[in-house]
Amino acid sequence: MMFFVFLTSAISMGVTFLYGCVGEIITEKSGHLNLGIPGIMCVGGFGGCLGVSIYMQSLSSPDNANWFLLIIISMFFSVLFSAMFGALYCFLTVTLRANQNVTGLAITTFGVGFTNYFVKNINMANFTKASALISYSPLKGKLGEFGDIFVSHGFFIYFAIVIAIVAALVLNKTRVGLNLRAVGENPATADAAGISVTKYRYIATIIGSMIAGLGGLFYIMDRLGGHWEYVLDIMGWLAIALVIFTLWKPIISIFGSILFGGLYIAGSYITGLSIHQKELFGLLPYVITVIVLIITSVLDSKENQPPAALGLNYFREDR
Amino acid sequence: MAEVTNNSGAKKLHEPLFHITRKSAVPFWKASLIRAIAIFAALVACGIVSLILIGKNPFYIYKTMFDGAFSTKRKFWIFIRNAALLLGYSLAIVPAFKMKFWNLGADGQVLMGGLATVACMLFLGGKMPDAAVIAIMLVASIAASVIWAVLPAIFKAFFKTNESLFTLMMNYIAMGLVTYFINRVVKGGSGVLNPIGYANLPDIGGAQFAGRKFLLTIIIFAVITAFMFIYLKYTKHGYEISVVGESENTARYIGIGVKKVIIRTLILSGVICGIIGFVLVGGIDHTIRSDISAGRGFTAILIAWIAKFNPIFMVLMSLFVAFLEVGSGQVNTVFQLDNSAFSSIIVGIIYLFIIGCDFFINYRILLSAKARETLSKIGGIFKKKQTREEPEETVGEETVLEESDKTEDGKTESEITENDFETAAEKEDDRI
Repeated sequence: MMFFVFLTSAISMGVTFLYGCVGEIITEKSGHLNLGIPGIMCVGGFGGCLGVSIYMQSLSSPDNANWFLLIIISMFFSVLFSAMFGALYCFLTVTLRANQNVTGLAITTFGVGFTNYFVKNINMANFTKASALISYSPLKGKLGEFGDIFVSHGFFIYFAIVIAIVAALVLNKTRVGLNLRAVGENPATADAAGISVTKYRYIATIIGSMIAGLGGLFYIMDRLGGHWEYVLDIMGWLAIALVIFTLWKPIISIFGSILFGGLYIAGSYITGLSIHQKELFGLLPYVITVIVLIITSVLDSKENQPPAALGLNYFREDR
Repeated sequence: MAEVTNNSGAKKLHEPLFHITRKSAVPFWKASLIRAIAIFAALVACGIVSLILIGKNPFYIYKTMFDGAFSTKRKFWIFIRNAALLLGYSLAIVPAFKMKFWNLGADGQVLMGGLATVACMLFLGGKMPDAAVIAIMLVASIAASVIWAVLPAIFKAFFKTNESLFTLMMNYIAMGLVTYFINRVVKGGSGVLNPIGYANLPDIGGAQFAGRKFLLTIIIFAVITAFMFIYLKYTKHGYEISVVGESENTARYIGIGVKKVIIRTLILSGVICGIIGFVLVGGIDHTIRSDISAGRGFTAILIAWIAKFNPIFMVLMSLFVAFLEVGSGQVNTVFQLDNSAFSSIIVGIIYLFIIGCDFFINYRILLSAKARETLSKIGGIFKKKQTREEPEETVGEETVLEESDKTEDGKTESEITENDFETAAEKEDDRI
């Protein structure tokens, strides 16, 4: 059935947003609006490609590639680069207390430039084989088209969902999550209660960046089959939109990402559309985000608001 | 609780190595000097980066960058025109930013203005006299931009809808609409609208004058700059904007209609964005693409922020950024980098340095007694400097440390650090 194929594709598309979204949720829960996420996703994608390239070059033949090593090495490099950029953002905003919007945009400019410049130097030979291995699923096609919705995906899709669930549990059920939310809602109170605001903000933002960077890796190596495309920054902005759409809740973001993924690809699945009509379909994620943004602010319910201190730097002596 | 940084109790006194306090007013020359040092450091860093990336003498690269802006008359005019455009964007966002309305949507607002302009050119061009079409273009462009700018403002004013995310989304909607429009009117699906010959803005000066195609743009934005400088500094509206930016509660208390100010200011932003769209499409490109704005809306935010929202500094900053852009463009061509990303790297590094240097303008680092002891052991010179009353000379990281010897009310700094921040809080209470 067409619809099953569409849904399978929507899930794999949406996971790119899911990584960025969960990363940004964790960051925003600490009170930091990291607009550097689009740049960080680019850098994460670059790091992943670098890792894959290094591993593939080290083999005598690309057919010897080991699934586990490939995933670990590409993840390691992706996370390494995105963590570096996340740490740079943190250093500027948390330690040097620079404006978050401005710093985030600068990180995006820098990250996109960095990626576009260096990605040309990566040897992308054998990337198709690497990609096939990364998106390998032992059960693909064995349970029919309906089964494929659930079992045909590569490792990174399930990993994203696990991350989202773990993030939700940590945020809502643990002491660490409570502290993190306190830091994002009212850093002065959290500080008075003995929570290290600086430490929480650093760790949350860097972990958030690492997760977002994996989105870049996933999109290039799994979704696009190992072909580089200069679209990761747009994915990053959509991921930030998804954060608003899902009301800062990682569990909702799993479903939200599938919806966004579906909307993103809907144009090419509906037959009989002209090019310009497809273009209008591509607008839907943004329009829906705006509508959700408006509805949540009009309803003004306490649970569905962004963290109260979002975008504000904390300086202990400011009162 | 987890780690307790509180000093009370019988526990061993935990003294941090340093702590940070806010400086009171910093003299203008000192702040400028710190910024100049940051820019210099950034240029050095860029030199090192280019050395690694291109493998050429950094001075040669700087020279190439100068060539990009100054080697021919045409290049010089393009450089000035680009600076004027960047300045236009920063002027459009600056009133909103001054009242802490984070308008990230200048790109989208300009695009909508450009879309309205191009629609007028396409459908009215040739059917009416050019002058009439140009007048309609201007009005249509401003109207479209104002709608795009004022929507987030209305929701912000009445429902406190997050404006940075709202305006950001509006950018992408505008881009989509432009692509939709192009695909709609261009037959054959090439997705490229050829330049339209009707209703182009006129050149200024004779055929001999190298700047004839660029001068009009420059004049328009020079006028807007003067207007914005006066508007922000000497009018009641400008005053209201800065009060709302400082504190909404104060504004409400002294009887400023905050909602009105927000909406009015964003209408002004929209008007300027409309003019940019009009100039960009009617005067420069004569067509539209979804990336016609080239991310200037974001660059403008950095320009406005670094210039501390002062239109005069924004002129300098726009010139600087435009120089970097045309300069690194020249580096691309000369060294055949086949990649415009080099300029993003250079510009990005410079942004990060300038953003970071604000810290050294606004804050000072107070070393604890113990840390100072260790430091003075390391360098005997440092100790000599400490005893001096008024350390002047160069301002850099070192001086920031030196200055920390004295706090505002003349207490030596070790007195404060010993009691850590509680004393600082008490002090503040006393003051109140």
